[in-house]
This record gives sequence, structure tokens and C-alpha cells, in this order.
Amino acid sequence: MSSPDPTPPPAGAPAPAPAPVAAGERRFSLGALVRHRLFWPLVALVVLLVASVVKSPQFLQVTVLDGHLFGGPVDILRRSAVLLLVALGMTLVIATRGIDLSVGAVMAIAGAVALTQIAASPSPDSVTTVTTAILSALVVCLVIGVFNGFMVSVVGIQPIVATLVIMTAGRGIAMLITGGQITTVNSGPYKTLASGFWLGLPVAALIAAFFFAVTAFVTRRTALGVLIESVGINPTASRLAGVRARTIIWIVYVLCALFAGIAGILQSSNIMAADSNNAGLFIELDAILAVVIGGTSLAGGKFSLTGTLVGVLVITTLTLSITILGIPVSAVSLFKALVVIAVCLLQSPVVRHKMRARRRAQAAVPVEVAA
Amino acid sequence: MATQQILEVEPQAGAGASSLASRWQLDRRYLPVLGTLVVLVLMLVIGGSRYENFLSGRVMANLLINNSFLIVLAVGMTFVILTGGIDLSVGAVVALSTCLSAWMFTRGWSAAIAIPASILVGTLIGYLVGLMVHVFEIQPFIATLAAMFLARGLCYLVAPESIPITDPTIVALSQTRWGTADGLVITPSGVVALVVVAVAFVLLHYTRFGRTVYAIGGNEQSARLMGLPVARTKVLVYVISGTCAGLGGFLFAVFSRSGYSLTGIGMELDAIAAVVIGGTLLTGGSGFVLGSVLGVAVLGLIQTIITFEGTLSSWWTKIVIGALLLVFVVLQRLLVVRRR
Repeated sequence: MSSPDPTPPPAGAPAPAPAPVAAGERRFSLGALVRHRLFWPLVALVVLLVASVVKSPQFLQVTVLDGHLFGGPVDILRRSAVLLLVALGMTLVIATRGIDLSVGAVMAIAGAVALTQIAASPSPDSVTTVTTAILSALVVCLVIGVFNGFMVSVVGIQPIVATLVIMTAGRGIAMLITGGQITTVNSGPYKTLASGFWLGLPVAALIAAFFFAVTAFVTRRTALGVLIESVGINPTASRLAGVRARTIIWIVYVLCALFAGIAGILQSSNIMAADSNNAGLFIELDAILAVVIGGTSLAGGKFSLTGTLVGVLVITTLTLSITILGIPVSAVSLFKALVVIAVCLLQSPVVRHKMRARRRAQAAVPVEVAA
Repeated sequence: MATQQILEVEPQAGAGASSLASRWQLDRRYLPVLGTLVVLVLMLVIGGSRYENFLSGRVMANLLINNSFLIVLAVGMTFVILTGGIDLSVGAVVALSTCLSAWMFTRGWSAAIAIPASILVGTLIGYLVGLMVHVFEIQPFIATLAAMFLARGLCYLVAPESIPITDPTIVALSQTRWGTADGLVITPSGVVALVVVAVAFVLLHYTRFGRTVYAIGGNEQSARLMGLPVARTKVLVYVISGTCAGLGGFLFAVFSRSGYSLTGIGMELDAIAAVVIGGTLLTGGSGFVLGSVLGVAVLGLIQTIITFEGTLSSWWTKIVIGALLLVFVVLQRLLVVRRR
């Protein structure tokens, strides 16, 4: 019974379609709902949650233990933190028509720099040590971001190639820093970042939520968001209109590297080790996936941070649900593939056009019957 | 061999020119490939002067033999990148192909079925990607990403653990060596790789299909307006890349004699890096399949030099490849700027 369960996203897809016909006057609003960019990703999320609850009824229960919240939803939030941070930066980069493949390597470098410093310090438990280590890791990430931004905006190399350089070399650099070993440390304050709780909520989730809120505020309440979109839609036109396209592009790559650095610190704090080979492996793909599921086009332009959040939640929940449903973890990628293909097909212009045509046909039939 | 063919192509470019000077004036298109060639020669000279036996036939033969599957992958990738696309699925398809053939051999199927099947699975995945890219207008990056997840997931279903391959045909293929006693040998895998390169060279430079590939990479809209079969060609390049990945998987099965679901992780990046170092522009429309072969040779030589050096740690490979990528993309960029 376990294997057919997660298939409903594609199989369940046609189910809501007949509803508009039956619902009569609600047809219009439902149609708008179905047409909404985030409708199918949200359906996928709900299906995954329902499947998990059916299999293990206490999944959505949140309990208070030692003053902390525990349970499925809290777990999803905590596990989403790393991917959300990476996807946040990726959304901005993709909005400018770019792509950043280096985020996984940047995560590895951030973890390596921070942990090597803590391991070398005589007092790994002091807050000052941890703060210095984190700040120096972020400075390194800043430099990488500046490099990526320079390559893309000033030298004018395609983003995918420019960031491929750090993607290839980055893990080598991280291993150079750790000396090829997996650096492990014991540091209370550092451990708190990923495993601690504040006000009953996991610190990692709070950190991710903070940066999400700040990014959302800065891009939606100032002109930055519009400028980023204008650069993504037409770099030349926006430059002619007086937008400093070069600076904007530079900024998003720096932000993306910084967010990836923070994600790398959270990730290394989670396992309390800097594993240069596996830290953030393939996270760039998951992040790009989350952005695309969230409805931001890889062709640049309009972006949706909320969409990215939904995309991240879908991917994290998918991974968690598969464990709960008793499917071997190794099969995660298979289901990821099914979700990607389903969501992309449903969002693809061709399918949307066909569905719209069918909906129009359906709408026409009842009118004839009534007359 | 690669060098020879490039030199053979050059006179064609300047064939119309009458004076000797302009005949020797190089077509700018060849500059990136020549850059790769210069780097390759430099590496050979440095390696040869630093280490004994570096320039021996054995080392060069091993370079071809150990990288035969990567050559095949890079050739397939060149087709896709020339149209302006990208194929991230090749590494996972290699794994799927090896796992599938290993699984078939454990079922006692003969090599006559298992080998074509393991190659055709790549063709099938390539076809699906082509349909996603062309019919549903999904970006190549995402479509091949989905294919990568799909192939990797199928691997785990087929072979959760490493399966040794004991089939006599595969064992015989992996042990056959033709050549002289002094180390200048070639294996069936090496021959397959060279044949693939030759076929790809002919396809790209001497057929309508090849010209269409370049035309799509140059400007898809124009290619369509010119009445070129854009749809068919776009699907076909992914089919070619998938088939090459399936073939690469078969070569990898011969090389490793086992099917394991984690093989080929990051291999797509090696293939892309080889293509880029080989002078093909990722925007499409410009590049040569022989350049990609040179790119694979450069990657392989870095590995060889680091092995010969002995004291250098393995991570230097990644750093050097990254640095080389950087140099090449900046150089290519400068060439493009000067052309305008």
C-alpha cells in the first residue's frame, strides 16, 4: 500500500477539474483558483501531508516537550531552513535571468572555514569564538559572491559557466581548508544554531524565517524587487531606462552566496562536522527546483518568494513523507522526478493552453443546455 | 589523431584566399580549440620534463582507455550544448545503464540482449527529455534535471546494492588489449570511443542534420524561419546525448565490471567542463566535437599529472579544473568581445 500513495499528485490532477461544472455559480472563482500559479504545488503539498497522516495519524500533532514544540510540522520547518536560505538567494539570481550553481560548494566552504576556526581555537564553547568563526566564514562567502557577480556582470560570462567555476573548484578549496579531513567540533553555541530552540521554536527555522522576511520586505517594500525584475525581463532596456543593471546583478550574486554561506553554517551545525565532499551536495538542484515549482521562470523576470517557500516545503515534505510511508530513502529521487515532471507539465505553456481551451469548451456546454 | 583532424579542417577555411598570408590567417572559430591544444601541449611538455616515462605510449594509451566513457559522454553533450541546451542527466543515465546491464546479467540474460538494452535505455530517456523540451517547452535545465532524478531513482530500484558483472562477454571485453608490447595498446572501449568521435564528426560537419544543429544554436527563430526541421533536430540531439550516455554506461560497466547506483555522480559536470574547455560556447552555435575530445584529454592529463606528482592531494584536481575553466571562459569571452 505504501507505493501507490505518493502518486496522487499526477493521478489526482484531473479530479478537481469537473468541480467547476458541478459548482455552477462558483465556477469562476474555482477556475481562478485552479489557474493560480501556486495551485498545483499546494495540491502536491496537501496530498503529501494527507498521505503522511493516513499512514501515521500523529504526524501533524504538535506536542510541547521541555517547553519546546515537537511534531511533524515543526520538523518540516526545521529541515526546510537550509534549503529555504539557498532557494531564497537562488530566486533573486534566477529573477535576473541568472543561475548560481556554486551554492553547494559555497555551503561546504562556509562550514569548512567556520569549523576549522572553532576547532583551532582554545575555547570552542565561547560565544566570541563562534561569532568570529561565523563572521569570517561569511566574509569568505562574500568574496565568492563578489567573484561570481564580477564574472557575470562585468566580464559578461553566462551565469551557468561563471558559477560552474566555483562549483568545480569550491569543494577542492573546502578540502584544502580542512586538510581533506572531516573536521568535527564540540561547541555549545554553534550546536544551538541548528539544534536549539527559542520561544519553543527551532532556531534554524527562525533564522531562515528572519532572512525570508527581510528579503521579502526589501524586495517588495523598496524598489529593489522591481529593479531585479526589470533587469531579468530586459537587461538592455532597463539599463537604458537608468537602472544600474550591473550593480543589481552583482548584488544578487553576493546575496545568494551569503545566504548559501548561512545555510552552510546551519548545515554544519546540524551534524557538527564540516564534510567538504557531501555538504550541500546537489542542493543547487533542489534549490532551483524549489524556485521553479514556486512558479518563477528560469527565463527571468517576475519572481515569487512565497512560491519559493511553497516549493521548499513541497521538497522537504516529500523527503519526510517518503520516510514515513516506509519507502526506502534511496527512492526519494524517483518521487522527486515524478513531482518535478508533474508540476512542470502542469505549468508548461502548452498544457495550460490546452486546459484553458477545454475549460472554455466546458463552460460553453451548460449554456446551450440551459437555452 | 585529434590534432591531425583539426589541421585538416583549417585549410578549408582559408581555401578561397589566394595569398599565402591570408591562407595562414586563422579562422577565429578555431581559436578556442587552438587554445585548448596549446594548453594540452604545454601540459605534455611540463609533464614530460618533470617525470620519467610521462610521455610513454602506456600513459597516453591509458589516457584514452580510462577516459573512453567520458569521451563518449562529452561527444553527446557537445550536440546538446551546440543547440544551446544542456544535459544534466548523463551521469545518472550512465549509472542506470550499468545497473540495468548488471541486473540483466544476474537474471542470466545474454549479452546480446543486455548490451543493446542498456544502451537503449539511454536513448529512451533522451527521447523523453527531448519531448519535454520541445513539446512541453520545459527548459532543458529542468527537463534534464527531472530525467537525472528519474534515472537515479530507477537505479536504486534496479540495484539497491553493488552488483558484480561476471558475464563472459563483458569480462572478455574488459581484458582484451590490442597493440604492441611496449605499452601502446588499445582496448575495445577505446575503439568504441574513437568510432563515436568519428561518427559525431561526420554528423556535425558533413550532414544537413549537423548544419541544423549549428543553426539552432546560432538562432532558433532564424533556423525555424529558414524552414529547417527545428523540432526533429531538437528532440534528436537529446536522443543522441541519451544514447551516448547509455553507451558510456556500457563502457563504464566494462571498465568497472559492476553495477552500482552511485556511479557517475558529478560525471555530467566533467562532461560539461570538457565541452567548455574544448571551446564550445554554452550559448550554442559555436564549437567542435574534436574540441570536446581535447577537453577530455586536458581533464585526464590533470589527473595523470597529479598522480605522477604523488605528493599532491586529490582535491587539487578540482581546484586546477576550476582554475582552467576560469581561464578558458574568460579567454573565450575576450575573443567574443574582440569579434564585435
